[in-house]
Amino acid sequence: MTVVALRPKAKIMADAAPKNVIDVKDLSLVFQTNDGPVNALSNINLAVNSGEFVSFIGPSGCGKTTLLRVIADLEQPTSGSISVNGMTPSQAREKRAYGYVFQAAALYPWRTIGGNISLPLEVMGIPKEERKARIAKNLELVNLAGFDKKFPWQLSGGMQQRASIARALSFDPDMLLMDEPFGALDEIVRDHLNEQLLKLWAKTQKTVIFVTHSIPEAVFLSTKIVVMSPRPGRIHEIIDCNLGSERTLDIRETPEFLEIAHRVREGLRHGHSYDEAHL
Amino acid sequence: MMEERKGFSAMLHDRVIPVGTILLVILVLWYGFAIFLNAPFERDQAARANTTISTSQLIANTMVQERPVLPAPHQVAAEIRKTVFDISPTSKRSLIYHGGVTLSSTLLGFAFGTLLGILLAIAIVHSRTLDKSLMPWIITSQTVPILAIAPMIIVVLNAVNITGLLPKAMISTYLSFFPVAVGMVKGLRSPEIMHLDLMRTYNASKAQVFWKLRWPASMPYLFTSMKIAVAISLVGAIVGELPTGAVAGIGARLLAGSYYGQTVQIWAALIAAALMAAILVSLIGIISTLVNRRMGVRS
Repeated sequence: MTVVALRPKAKIMADAAPKNVIDVKDLSLVFQTNDGPVNALSNINLAVNSGEFVSFIGPSGCGKTTLLRVIADLEQPTSGSISVNGMTPSQAREKRAYGYVFQAAALYPWRTIGGNISLPLEVMGIPKEERKARIAKNLELVNLAGFDKKFPWQLSGGMQQRASIARALSFDPDMLLMDEPFGALDEIVRDHLNEQLLKLWAKTQKTVIFVTHSIPEAVFLSTKIVVMSPRPGRIHEIIDCNLGSERTLDIRETPEFLEIAHRVREGLRHGHSYDEAHL
Repeated sequence: MMEERKGFSAMLHDRVIPVGTILLVILVLWYGFAIFLNAPFERDQAARANTTISTSQLIANTMVQERPVLPAPHQVAAEIRKTVFDISPTSKRSLIYHGGVTLSSTLLGFAFGTLLGILLAIAIVHSRTLDKSLMPWIITSQTVPILAIAPMIIVVLNAVNITGLLPKAMISTYLSFFPVAVGMVKGLRSPEIMHLDLMRTYNASKAQVFWKLRWPASMPYLFTSMKIAVAISLVGAIVGELPTGAVAGIGARLLAGSYYGQTVQIWAALIAAALMAAILVSLIGIISTLVNRRMGVRS
């Protein structure tokens, strides 16, 4: 209860002096493969503050997913340092600091939608009554109220991905790590989900890290865009992006939006993302 | 689109007609072979008696022989009817009695085998060392001909005063653990990387990963291997009955039949064994369907 009561105050403090939640210094990651070492990440420096919406954008092979997986403690860096909530990524993972949303919904097919949202809660030992309440609350949050008894195959791709977002939010982590969550969906569904995600972010005030290869998506959603380039995977440029908190899809026609999108595209070009060799 | 058939009509079209057609073909072939294989004996008899025999008489005779090379289907059916319905199930001449003996060791051996197979699979999936060390032995175990090893098991266990049901069940276990172990290793390893990563982000324990992910994911593999396991459990139980000196069971019935040249009795026992196997496999199929329904598999 105390945590809930403190939330608004913590938010005000965060506005005054932003709290650093992710701090990456000189981080590199080399994969040993049969074809020799691959520099997946090279000299990454990045700071993310609480409540920010940060996008990693770049072509495939630029290490954006790998960087997200390092933050999530799903990959181990070869050198450099990283802290998540002031801890090592593995400590943060053990403390369940983040909810992870994969490229595919990755719902367990033998569990109903409600059962899938219940999964992390069961693993974390949350009692049944509380689980029920949280399932209802989070399904509501992603506009899926009433679908808890359905099995995943009975839902469309967009609905499945929304259910997976509800699952990631169900244990109320401070951070949401999203790995191209809408990459497999068609553009209309994607636009719609982007808008919903923005509302969700405004409502929950969570820190979101979002991997994408869509420029409009990154500009529309983010407060900060990290432009990455491949071989070796590195950060080319970090672009601030503040289009105000009340954005709708219409904002994509405005000069400010196009200006930032242009800067991102230029960044990608200078990072050799459009070179023939990388395509 | 084809009109969807329901109830009796669907049953007739989906099952009765296709299965019935094949059954009819088998029966026709069977009668053909029965006439062909039993005819030399009749011609021989006629030659000895210095008479000639008409073709129609020859054909009629081939179907009512006492000890035919290949009994005709109706002879086998009559033998089954007699030994199943006319004789009291407690009699040693009752097929129900012998079937019951075989069934009990089949089921006991199958239960042990399934359990052993699952436990081995769990050990192999969770330990790299056991994966490397156990798997070759599990495969080797099945290259030993069961006909050679079965009498040894019976004799060895008899020597330490273990007789009756248990030695036969052990032979069933020996055969049936294998498909379950192999199937379950595959099943427990079937979850996608993403599903496993998800559990890692929740900091789930190994036990939680097992019960909430690996075990439910392995269900289709479990039931497929259990269908194979129950059928070879029956084979194991029958093989186990052969060296015991023909005391009881389908195997004993087969052995006694071949001692006394009772081909009709042998065929009746064979058909009974085949029917038992079919019923056991169907039962597992039904359980599998029920579990699937609970797990939301789209039908």
